[in-house]
Amino acid sequence: MTVLLEARHLIKHFRGVQAVNGIDLALPAGRCFGLLGPNGAGKTTTVELLEGIQEPTSGTIRYRGEPLGPRFRQDIGIMFQSTALQDYVTGRENLRMFGSFYHRTLPLAELSEACALGEFLDRDTRKLSGGQRQRLLLAIALVNDPELIFLDEPTTGLDPQARRNFWELIHQIKGRGKTILLTTHYMEEAYHLCDEIAIMDHGRIIAQGAPRELLAAHFDDVVLQLPLADFPNPAPPLSLTVLRGRDTVEIFTANVDAAIQELRARDISLARLQIRPRTLEDLFLELTGRELRA
Amino acid sequence: MSFKRFWAVFVCRNREFLRDRSTMTWNLLFPVSLIAGFAVAFSGPGLALYKVGMLSTVDGGSGNDFFQTRYIQFIPVADLPTALPKVERHQLDMLVDPAGRRYWINEESPKGYVLERILRGAGAQTDFNKQTVSGRVIRYVDWVAPGILAMNMMFSCLFGVGYVIVRYRKNGMLKRLKATPLTPLEFLSAQVASRLWLILATTALVFAGTDGLIGFPMHGSYLDLFTVFLVGAISLISLGLIVAARTTSEEVAAGLLNALSWPMTFLSGVWFSLEGVHPVLQQCAQLAPLTHIIEAARAVMIDGVGLAAISGHLLALTAMSIGFMAVGAWLFRWE
Repeated sequence: MTVLLEARHLIKHFRGVQAVNGIDLALPAGRCFGLLGPNGAGKTTTVELLEGIQEPTSGTIRYRGEPLGPRFRQDIGIMFQSTALQDYVTGRENLRMFGSFYHRTLPLAELSEACALGEFLDRDTRKLSGGQRQRLLLAIALVNDPELIFLDEPTTGLDPQARRNFWELIHQIKGRGKTILLTTHYMEEAYHLCDEIAIMDHGRIIAQGAPRELLAAHFDDVVLQLPLADFPNPAPPLSLTVLRGRDTVEIFTANVDAAIQELRARDISLARLQIRPRTLEDLFLELTGRELRA
Repeated sequence: MSFKRFWAVFVCRNREFLRDRSTMTWNLLFPVSLIAGFAVAFSGPGLALYKVGMLSTVDGGSGNDFFQTRYIQFIPVADLPTALPKVERHQLDMLVDPAGRRYWINEESPKGYVLERILRGAGAQTDFNKQTVSGRVIRYVDWVAPGILAMNMMFSCLFGVGYVIVRYRKNGMLKRLKATPLTPLEFLSAQVASRLWLILATTALVFAGTDGLIGFPMHGSYLDLFTVFLVGAISLISLGLIVAARTTSEEVAAGLLNALSWPMTFLSGVWFSLEGVHPVLQQCAQLAPLTHIIEAARAVMIDGVGLAAISGHLLALTAMSIGFMAVGAWLFRWE
């Protein structure tokens, strides 16, 4: 598979702080690559290095085998987590301005349809809702029909419905064979959208692979969840691994039948029992000891 | 340098300015109101230079020409206890009791000192012969109007470019633009060009509006005056670019812009002539672009001189523009 963007031994220092500490990455063409990590993990710095917004202290970044240059600028689209647009200017005028920066642009009608801008295309950008604003920013990122798209926490701050709608847009972009580098706090988002993920912590990549493969490699159990109120206090002696949370008790087991029998034997009510598979959130906690949004 | 990219940013910036009605209105109404206010305040036969409190009326036989002196405003006061504090606080320059042949001044008041000299010397004979000067009658408002136009232009140039670019940097707009093929030269030149034509257009509107309201003397060429404002605006915008080059905080930018604009306002002769000001301050004033704009504009408007006579000012402004632009471009960072 062709590698579109490749970084080797990437290091970035800021006044004594090593934000990125020797990262190697390869983004295959046509894939969606997720970069996950908590605040301060070096995720944003890594992405900005890959976008060419910042210069690395050392290391190399190559696009189609060449150092980042004018062609890279023409070929990429970026959607930052928070970007202000010019006041008193409509979405259509913004798209026209950004479009004029590039040699190749998508027709406005196509962009409008792809990102569902129709109802607010001619509205002042100050009057857009959060979801509308994100859709317009995505359209701006796509205005040059880019080969490689950087999406930096694109759904942060959106309500669940708007987030789902946004995922659908990203699925459509993937369907057109575009390469995507996505950063997100939402594990569900990464699981749904990414073909491959890398989990970062302390400026390093600590795990990388397809989401299902990573979960399979690290876990062979599931999680039984009970409301805290249904679990005896103090806890009875159990042979199971139990984690007491704020509202729930989580029990980790590879043998659900045996676990349920043991809980019944202790007269614990299972009326509100839930069983869930292991998630990327669990994986991150396992690898770093920290929650993703810590 | 791509003209297509430059034009796209230029057009978008123009839209942003022209659709911001509150800013537009302020840019047009403020200078017109200021000049009109001065015209009203300083109109009439002549502005009184001194204020003298009168404890009693002057009868015809007071025998002192002092009470017929022009440009002294004689203000009746009720009694001594209420009038004396006003002399102490410089609200009155002198207090006179014609009936009692007494007067009071504040020893710390320069105006009081001058009034005392006038009072004591009024009507005295002198061996100096009086000569008169003749020429165009220049009202104070005629003299101050070019200064106010230039001052308005200065605030608009400095804040309109400097503050706006800092805002773009702070809200992430510049970072987004950096990720496109747009170059700093294209972006900055579009900002300068947009602000330049908007300032010249608004200054022309303000000029026309104020002229229609109070009437200006315009003894020189309109083209020469346009040249002065064009070169002047470029120099002031370039100065604003230096502030905008790296500043990331709007508060810091506002502080820096105020630190530049207010000393220029007071040292460049907007409100009063620099004649008689300490020579060091006069030399400092020559370093400010506003001084050259105002002196050149006054020379064109009031004295009717041509470009040759103000070439020194134009050269100084051009040199400053080149210097400021070079420093601004050198310092500029998207983030």
